Amino acid sequence: MSLEARGVSFRYPRRGRRMILEGVDLRLEPGERLGLSAPSGRGKTTLCKLLAGYERPTRGEIRLDGNPLPGGGAPCPVQMLWQHPESAVDPLLPLRESLYEAGPVEERLLEALQIRPDWLRRYPQELSGGELQRFCIARALGPATRYLLCDESTAMLDAITQAQIWRFLMEESGRRGLGLLVLSHDRALVERVCTRTAELGGGP
Amino acid sequence: MNALNRRQRTRLLLLAAGAVLLAVTLAGMLCRERAMETDFSRVNLAPGLSCLFGTDWMGRDMLARTLAGLSLSIRIGALTACVSAAIALALGVVSALSRAADALLSWLMDLFLGIPHILLVMLISLAFGRGFVGVAAGVSLSHWPSLARVIRGEVLQLRQAVYVQTARKLGVSRLRVVRRHLLPHLLPQVLTGLILQFPHAILHEASVTFLGFGLSSEQPAIGVILSESMRYLTTGRWWLALFPGLALVGVVLLFAAVGEHLRRLLSPSSAHQ
Repeated sequence: MSLEARGVSFRYPRRGRRMILEGVDLRLEPGERLGLSAPSGRGKTTLCKLLAGYERPTRGEIRLDGNPLPGGGAPCPVQMLWQHPESAVDPLLPLRESLYEAGPVEERLLEALQIRPDWLRRYPQELSGGELQRFCIARALGPATRYLLCDESTAMLDAITQAQIWRFLMEESGRRGLGLLVLSHDRALVERVCTRTAELGGGP
Repeated sequence: MNALNRRQRTRLLLLAAGAVLLAVTLAGMLCRERAMETDFSRVNLAPGLSCLFGTDWMGRDMLARTLAGLSLSIRIGALTACVSAAIALALGVVSALSRAADALLSWLMDLFLGIPHILLVMLISLAFGRGFVGVAAGVSLSHWPSLARVIRGEVLQLRQAVYVQTARKLGVSRLRVVRRHLLPHLLPQVLTGLILQFPHAILHEASVTFLGFGLSSEQPAIGVILSESMRYLTTGRWWLALFPGLALVGVVLLFAAVGEHLRRLLSPSSAHQ
C-alpha cells in the first residue's frame, strides 16, 4: 500500500538530451506527509507530473500498490495541486462548474476551506490566487483520491492563508489516510508540516 | 462621438452593417418577381428617376435584378460559409485529437490550399452538375482548410492547458472535455472565421457563375448579370455592369467590416478596449 517511484529517469521528448531526473526512488505511504526540497530546476514539478501520471518516465516506473497507475477515464487516485491555480481552472467557466467538474464535492470540504457560497458564481479572474487554490484543493479531494501532491501550492499565498490551508490538509491527511507529498523551498514549512523529509538529488 | 467608447461604437457599426445586409437580402427576395419581368416598351434605358439603375435589353429593371442577385449571393454565402465552418470545426478538432488523422488531414489541407480556389470551385461545381447545388458544394468544399488549420492550432494549444489535463485526471470523459473546455474557447475563432468566409464565398460564387460553371442563366445572379452585361459594354451600356458590380463590392466590404468588428468584440486581446 504505497505510491512508489522506482529508479525513475526522465527527459522531455524533443527538448534536448538533458535528463531532468535520474534514478529517483521515492516511497509515499498512506497517511504520511513527505516533504521534498530541492533547488529550483531540479525537477520537482516534473517528478509530481510523473507520479500523477501526466508524463511517463523515460526509464523506471511509477507504482501504485504495486500496479501501474490506472489510465483512461477513471478519476486518478493520485491528484496534483499545481503551483499556479490560475492555470488550473478554465477561465471561461464560473467556479461552480470547475468545482463540480468531477462530480459532487462534500459540503464539509467547502466549509473547512472557507469557500464562500457567493464565490461559486464568480469567474476565475474575479478571485485571488489563494481563493482559487482552495477550489483546486476541494476539487482534487474527491472520494477516489488517496495521494495528493502539493507542488509549491502555497508559495505565493500570504502567511495566514498558508497556515489555514496546511492545517486543513494535515487534518484531512490524518482523517482519511491521505498521503501528502509536499514540495517546497520553504524548509520551515516542510519541517512543521511533514512527518518525514527527503532531498531530491541528482540533476546537473 | 466621444460620448461612446470604442466597444459601443464597434457594436453600433456592427449592428448597422448587419441591418443593411439583412435589408438587401429581404428586399432581393421580394424583388424576385420584378427582376424576371420583361417590358419591351422601356428597353435599354439609361439610369434615371424611373429606373435608378437603368434597364437592360429586355426591359428588366436593373435595380430589382441587382437586389435579387445580391440576395441570392448572400444566401449562398450564408449556406456555404456555415457548411465550410462546420467542416473546418469538425476536421480541425479531429486532427488535433488524433495523430493518425492529423497526418491525413494536414496533407489534405495542404492539397486543398495548394490548388487555386477558383479552379477547385469550378471542378467541384462541374462534378455536382452546376446550378445551385454545384455552386454551393464547390464553394463550401473548397473553403474549409484555412479555418480548419487555425482551429487545429488552437486545439493543440488548449490540449496542453493545465485545466484540460487536470480535468482528464479528475476523470472527466474526453467528450465532456471537448464540449465544456474546448468548444467555448473555439467559438470566437469559428464565428469570426464564418463571417470572414462570407465575402470569399460570394465572390467565388459570382466568379464561377460569370465563367459559366455556376448558376444557370435564367437566375438573376450577380455573376449572370455581369457576364451578360459584358456583351453590351462595348455598345456603351455601361450601367449594366457598373451598378451590379459596385453593389457586389459594397456587400463584400460590408461583410468584411462585420467580421472585423466581430473579431474586435470577441477577441480577448481587444475585448476590453
